[in-house]
Amino acid sequence: MKRPSLVALCYLMFGSLLAMSAGAQVTPRIQFEKYKLPNGLEVILHEDHSTPIIAVDTWYHVGSGDEQIGRTGFAHLFEHIMFMGSQHVPVGAFDQLLESAGANNNGSTTEDRTNYYETLPSNALALALWLDSDRMGFLLPTMDLTKVNLQRDVVKNERRQRVDNVPYGRADEVILAALYPKSHPYSWPVIGSMTDLSAASLTDVQNFFKTYYAPNNATLTIAGDFNPATVKTLVAQYFGSIPRGPEVKRRVTVPAVAIPRDTFLVLEDKVQLPRLFYTWHSVKGFSKDDAALDILAQVVANDKNSRLYKKLVYELQTAQNVSAFQDGSRLDGKFQISVTPKPGQKVADINRIVEAEIANVISNGVTSRELQRAQNLYKASFLNRLASVLGKAEVLNSYNYFVGNPDFVQQDAARYERVTAADVQRVAKTYLGRPKIVLTVVPEGKKDMMLTASGGGR
Amino acid sequence: MSALGKTGRLSVLALLVVQSVAAAQGTFDRSKPPELGPPPRVALPPIVTRQLPNGLKLVIVEQHELPLADFVLLVGSGGTADPAGKTGIANLTAQMLREGTTTRKSLDIADQIAFLGINLSPTSSWESSTLSLHTPTAQLDSALALFADVALHPSFPANDFERIRKNRQTELLQLRDQGPAIANIAFPAIIYGSAHPYGVPLIGTEASVKSLTTADLQSYYQSNFKPNNTTLIIVGDVNPDQIEQKINRLFGRWERGDVPPLNYSEPPKSSTTTIYLIDKPGAAQSSFRIGSVGVPRSTRDYFALTVMNTILGGSFSSRLNQNLREAKGYTYGAGSRFDMRRAAGPFTASAEIVSAKTDSALLEFMKELNNIRQSVPADELSRAKRYLQLQLPGNFETTQQIGAALVPVALYGLPLDYFNNYVQNVEGVTQADVARVAQQYINPGSLAVVIVGDRKTIEPALKSTNVGPIVIRDIAGQPIQ
Repeated sequence: MKRPSLVALCYLMFGSLLAMSAGAQVTPRIQFEKYKLPNGLEVILHEDHSTPIIAVDTWYHVGSGDEQIGRTGFAHLFEHIMFMGSQHVPVGAFDQLLESAGANNNGSTTEDRTNYYETLPSNALALALWLDSDRMGFLLPTMDLTKVNLQRDVVKNERRQRVDNVPYGRADEVILAALYPKSHPYSWPVIGSMTDLSAASLTDVQNFFKTYYAPNNATLTIAGDFNPATVKTLVAQYFGSIPRGPEVKRRVTVPAVAIPRDTFLVLEDKVQLPRLFYTWHSVKGFSKDDAALDILAQVVANDKNSRLYKKLVYELQTAQNVSAFQDGSRLDGKFQISVTPKPGQKVADINRIVEAEIANVISNGVTSRELQRAQNLYKASFLNRLASVLGKAEVLNSYNYFVGNPDFVQQDAARYERVTAADVQRVAKTYLGRPKIVLTVVPEGKKDMMLTASGGGR
Repeated sequence: MSALGKTGRLSVLALLVVQSVAAAQGTFDRSKPPELGPPPRVALPPIVTRQLPNGLKLVIVEQHELPLADFVLLVGSGGTADPAGKTGIANLTAQMLREGTTTRKSLDIADQIAFLGINLSPTSSWESSTLSLHTPTAQLDSALALFADVALHPSFPANDFERIRKNRQTELLQLRDQGPAIANIAFPAIIYGSAHPYGVPLIGTEASVKSLTTADLQSYYQSNFKPNNTTLIIVGDVNPDQIEQKINRLFGRWERGDVPPLNYSEPPKSSTTTIYLIDKPGAAQSSFRIGSVGVPRSTRDYFALTVMNTILGGSFSSRLNQNLREAKGYTYGAGSRFDMRRAAGPFTASAEIVSAKTDSALLEFMKELNNIRQSVPADELSRAKRYLQLQLPGNFETTQQIGAALVPVALYGLPLDYFNNYVQNVEGVTQADVARVAQQYINPGSLAVVIVGDRKTIEPALKSTNVGPIVIRDIAGQPIQ
């Protein structure tokens, strides 16, 4: 992410619509128009005149999963470099111009895609289109090593701030490396390694831009208070002359993931308390069992009534917190549970409870009330995302990219409503019954605290 | 009934220059930024105010875009109302609201929240305690009944409090893992001292949390949660008359009572700049918190300070961020803020800095804190003003944003037409105003420089900066015994 905190703030705002979940609330359809410029740029327009603001949200179909071995973290570093000016935009002008027009902007990178967005007063739309088209069409003429080096330092500090200087921050990269084979695009973290960030060169930047940052590998979504005819004219003017790039061949398959038996790992960190991370290979996003796994995660660890929270945090009070999630990305997915024991508690004792609760779900399934609560939460989350023009632009881009159809919010919501208690029990058995990666993060010098195959760990 | 402005419209920026829309006409030149048309006029819905006989104030904004309503019960007492030595009471009292009422157990409340698909969350800050509800209007009555029960009939069950206490004690233990969190607690402790309410952590200390009882929480609740000390902000798809009737039925029998006055002692005065170094062995970054006691929300310099701080560290293109991040690459982000409360809150400049550049970063911070006291160029002033003025409409997009915007209006007694006059008040700030408030409120000779980092590697370099003497403190910001 280009800068801290803005995204968190946005999602805090979307949180207001969490209320929309239960009862007869229906997920509304988002009206939109989609078309393509001759150079291949996809454009999606959504009108919303309730507030005189516009969100401009460009998705490039490239992420850390497209990186080469030895250059991990490059897609995200490149995202940063995209804010350093282009042929007609001097260094520093990007933010100065947008801020003095009352706009906020940011970008983010995942395994699968990179996005760049501005939210601005409706009179300033042309400014965003000018800036975004200049960096799409004219990034390289003024690109130099100074820009790369500067953002390399910023990104290394982003890594320190999010990973190295954060308790348990390095757990993720250890887990990914153990879960996926080395040639798998999700076997390294989006932020990358310090060594690889150091290795990135100006030539890498030039090649990456030429390969992935062409109009035919991007979708421009504009949502908010505008006149569609005017916007189409502006989009054609600013983006139409940017030449099409070579066809981008994206990976459609990933190497097989094989975890023959439970694997126990330990990582020492500057922490007061150990933390257990259980990770299973699961399924990619939008595939058959993805929604049932999302529901399972809620049943296992969400609010006070979820299985592990209620047992470990509420009743026994042997854990400080628990969490669970299904992470279904474009090509693959994982399911993770983590638990932090309270001071003086043994990870082996915590582990017995975790195993017993998972076994219980596998043997006895979930109650209708548990299913209903989780479904209501998902129902709410769909409305959350529609609360702002930026939220709607992201929804349109996301469905367009992941399922090939921007008009999918109602079908996505229906995936969760269709999940049955039997589905939840079945996916628990299928995926949580598989061998897993178990990482114990322990305080420095206390490796003997780790959970082991024999259930040991003090 | 009062409205945001006579016409109910926020006239954003009639003051700014009207320009032509050249880009849309087909004659565009990519070498120059497009000329923009006039900023949009923004219509904000009117604010309706009501008061129940028991003194509970209602602030209602109708917003019918979605079948949804947001409620913020804003009690005008927070951490500053904690009795001396019992810091953390306000925070734990708020947290305990959801842990049991006279008719509902903790797990029942959680079940109801999830089943209704609502969001019901208590929070506390220095000057207030709030209970927020977000609900579809389809289940307004069930949601409001739960909201009122949690607000008015908390039972503070002993077993649940013991669980919450243990949880808090563990959180306090885990704070030791986080340099930025240590800095956030140590910095106010150093500039205010432990005798001032702003000098002690809202979440409590190990000693205070250990000593608190449910009787303390009951007593805090009984003293401060009074209708005459409370405003209920309501934003969404509601009719003012109907919602007032519903609220009256639920909150009308809440009994008024005297609320203890707040005491804010004078914070200590600093006459030298001192580096307070807190050791976090092996830290990858140094957490910087630099500043001093600032101003109360009631300051007459609010707009001048807001504009000045936008230039110094309140935006991405501000001086601190441009220098420390975009020019030097020492950090992922640097900034500054004036935290304005009933009494003078802190001014803080902050960043997470790569350990090896701790000394260089300190010199750059000091350079910017000195430079802002010189005259600010006209174009830089103009950019900051336009940023503040033009982003205003985007802050009123959702019901929750509107509710949040009204909190300071209610809490600090700002006029109801505050946002209507915002653009004009920002516009009135001059170069002379910016220089005056910078010189008055930012004094490079009397700052507390709090740095949490790897002492072994950063202390020698910090010494050679000669910014000030180095004093070693513990993780609470206190002198080492």
